[in-house]
Amino acid sequence: MTDSDANAGTGGPGTARAPSPTEWGRVEFARAWARVLDGTSYSTLVAAEIEVLTLDLSDLLAAAMFDEPFTATAGERIGQALVDAHFTGAKALSQTTALLGDLLLPCLGRSADSWLRPRVSDLQGAVARGYTEALLTLALAEQEQIRQAALSARDQAQAALRASDARFRALFTDAAVGIGVGDTAGNILDVNPALVKMLGYPPADFRRRNVADFLHPDDAAEVWEDYRDLVEGHRESFRTEKRFYRADGTAIWTHLTVSLIRGEDGAPRYQVAIIEDVTERHRLQDRLSYQANHDPLTGLPNRAMFLDRLTAALHADRPGGQVGLCFLDLDSFKVINDSLGHSVGDQLLVAVSDRLAAELGHGDLIARVGGDEFVVLVAPSTGREQLTALTERLLDALAVPIPIEGHHLSLSVSIGVVEAPAGGTTPTDLIRAADITLQQAKAEGKGRAAFHDPHRNATQVTLYTLAATLPGALDRGEFTLAYQPLVRLADGRLHGVEALLRWQHPRFGLLTPDQFIRLAEETGAILPLGKWIFAESCRQATSWSPPLPADSLLSVNVAVRQLQDPGLVEDVSRALADSGLPADRLQLEVTESALMASDADEPLAAVRRLADMGVRIAIDDFGTGYSNLAYLRRLPVHELKLAGAFLDGLRTPGEPDPTDIRVVAALVEIAHTLRLTVTAEAVETPEQADRLRELGCDTAQGWYFARPAAPDRLGARWRTDPARSVPLG
Amino acid sequence: MGRPDWAPAGIDLDRPSAARVYDFYLGGFHNFAADREMGRRAIEMWPELPEIMKANRAFLRRAVRHLVAAGVRQFLDIGSGIPTVGNVHEVARAAAPDARVVYVDNDPVAVEHSRAILTGSEQTAVVQADLRDPDSVLRDPAAKALLDLRQPVAVLMVAVLHFVSDEDDPHGLVRRYRDAAPAGSYLAVSHASSEGQPALTESHRGLYRRTATPMTMRTGAQIAAFFDGYELVEPGLVYLPLWRPDPGTEVDERPERFSGFAGVGRKP
Repeated sequence: MTDSDANAGTGGPGTARAPSPTEWGRVEFARAWARVLDGTSYSTLVAAEIEVLTLDLSDLLAAAMFDEPFTATAGERIGQALVDAHFTGAKALSQTTALLGDLLLPCLGRSADSWLRPRVSDLQGAVARGYTEALLTLALAEQEQIRQAALSARDQAQAALRASDARFRALFTDAAVGIGVGDTAGNILDVNPALVKMLGYPPADFRRRNVADFLHPDDAAEVWEDYRDLVEGHRESFRTEKRFYRADGTAIWTHLTVSLIRGEDGAPRYQVAIIEDVTERHRLQDRLSYQANHDPLTGLPNRAMFLDRLTAALHADRPGGQVGLCFLDLDSFKVINDSLGHSVGDQLLVAVSDRLAAELGHGDLIARVGGDEFVVLVAPSTGREQLTALTERLLDALAVPIPIEGHHLSLSVSIGVVEAPAGGTTPTDLIRAADITLQQAKAEGKGRAAFHDPHRNATQVTLYTLAATLPGALDRGEFTLAYQPLVRLADGRLHGVEALLRWQHPRFGLLTPDQFIRLAEETGAILPLGKWIFAESCRQATSWSPPLPADSLLSVNVAVRQLQDPGLVEDVSRALADSGLPADRLQLEVTESALMASDADEPLAAVRRLADMGVRIAIDDFGTGYSNLAYLRRLPVHELKLAGAFLDGLRTPGEPDPTDIRVVAALVEIAHTLRLTVTAEAVETPEQADRLRELGCDTAQGWYFARPAAPDRLGARWRTDPARSVPLG
Repeated sequence: MGRPDWAPAGIDLDRPSAARVYDFYLGGFHNFAADREMGRRAIEMWPELPEIMKANRAFLRRAVRHLVAAGVRQFLDIGSGIPTVGNVHEVARAAAPDARVVYVDNDPVAVEHSRAILTGSEQTAVVQADLRDPDSVLRDPAAKALLDLRQPVAVLMVAVLHFVSDEDDPHGLVRRYRDAAPAGSYLAVSHASSEGQPALTESHRGLYRRTATPMTMRTGAQIAAFFDGYELVEPGLVYLPLWRPDPGTEVDERPERFSGFAGVGRKP
């Protein structure tokens, strides 16, 4: 530093030399430089590392100052080095040039007006130049880098977009489901081949159409509400079942899913419909539903569908609306079916249902609800006239014989008709009433219609109440026995008594077997009841006071169901044993059909065992069944009871019907040939009694002789006039 | 996250990107007009921002050096952005030439840039993935090829978790990464916080709503919770400049100005 002042004034470039690193204040300068740089920019260098850099640069600077010939290029290198070290902040350059101006000469030991002064300025400029050039180069390079990166990213994004687009295209084109794209105004923009095929319009047709053109009259109202909500952006998607018309006018069933596509601003932009053809599935469902609701033989609706429709009709909200119901049962169908075979029976049912169906009014429903049972539902019904006209047509429809496989089959139908206000009754009640009315029509002679009469039916309806009260009736002691005498025609003496069951019903009064015995058979109640009858009648027969004549019979009816009961013989034996009644004073009345028509041997075996015990067997109602005389011979039978029908012709005063006379005579003769006694039932007049006596009939019973009566009354009468041959009651 | 992964995102250079704005703060030129515009507005509002970013970057550097010294040779830098000056692999490999680094970012431009500058470097890989989908990060073929998850890994989440909103369950996500790494692994986190400069951070947050990555400022306690299952190394969770400052540097006398916390944890 000693020559600094001398050089400042007198020295020139020729005398100058660069100071050695130890000769000038390089560390001081470098530290100051590092201090001003630190914080100007983001650099990876820590403070100590910056100082290493500025020391190097300071040496470079010092050397340049004294370089001969002087060039400022070192300044450019320094500027470059600063940028390289990432001192790219704007202050890095200004602080550096300021430092050069302020501190370089003093640190070199020169005065501010040294001849070196211009060199400092030159170097300042060079540093700025080098720095700026380097920064510009860096900026351009980095801009280029980031632009390339952006382009590359964009290319990749576009490639991915194209790939995704291609994937979507493939999905769209090859999808098995129909896909359509539309805008929010409903204009169809694109459809895939599956949709073209599904609906049958060419693609161009679709693009001319609006979504609203695909309205189907069966569309649920919600579908189009949902659609509106969707295109207005209130919902993102909806699913529904919808029908579409195809180009050829046919309709298909579809599962439709419509989704909303929004733009980047969130506003509704497009809609995408995905449409799956489910027509086949629907057909299958329809078929299954049809099968579940129709009778496979006749194709008519079945009981299930009838009940649905009846329930709906009764619930219909139609003030004053009436519902009519006709229950039809084919008379004697079973005979045809049994004799000509099921095939003919089936064809007959088909023919009958065709004929019946042809007579229906508009809106009427006919259903097959059982083997030979049909029902016609008339809803709404306009009243009795309409139903009368309908039943007449139905009856007439079967008037002409039906030709099947060479047979001309005649059959009639019985109809029970009920009418009720909708909402006024339940399906169960209505069906019950119709069924009762049908039974009435049958009872009145078949081949006719009976109209439900609510008043008269007060007791008919009871069939169902009876069914409900029957099981407990025995325990409640509601059953009693009445007895009707059997009288020997020859001498008017008592032959025996027939025990007849009576039900003292708490609600309906005294009921006779014809009112409940079928029910008892159906429900099985006949078995305990029958057992009670055996026990009770035997007990009473032996305890009457005065007792019955020792040779008189107790005759008890046995139902078919009882004959099939393995416990029958045991029940009878026990009744006899308990009462002490001799077996040969007990007579069991069975119908010939129960004995002969049964396939099982059980009844016959039981009858044989009873006969072996000494019990008498009588065939009841002989002549109403098959009356198989040959078979009769092999049966252990002791007596025939002629059905009341044979006596009709013998009833009237004056000349009896000669045919009836001969028939009865022949029957009596055959019975006697077979060593059977003959009893005539339902004898109501003295004429009948006289003629039967003339024809050789052994015994008789009926109102002419005595009505059935309670044991005490019967016993009392018998005692007062035991040999009386004239009617007792 | 609702977009299927085969449907690409568009590249919109008119929208500022957090990675490029960060580069701008650091004095880089890897940015576009929209980025610079946003950066300038942010600096106008908050003049210290560049300094904060530098402090954050400096923390990253110090953390990596510390981790290398602790023996870590595998780094997973999630939210790496545009790693220009002083990026992880340079810092790490300066001390340990065998260090391996996987960079992860969801910004496609940042990823492309990283790929460009890392071309030819076999010890680095770049993965475009979203940290909110740890499977896509951890099961990426390039990441799996480079990182051995049976050996300790340092997961770096530097200035990135504040771009994950609470509804994406950032703590749960960090746990997923923790569970994927073996004992002896590390987690380094720096995170913007509203503590210290509440008014400024709020307006800053408002600015970032325009980007694809809105910010969620968190409290020190919330940030500390990211280290559940880790043991914080000294000095714990502190303001950015206070984490193991370089010897010889003067530490700012008001470190809370930096408005961000930093910490490094070790999985025991």
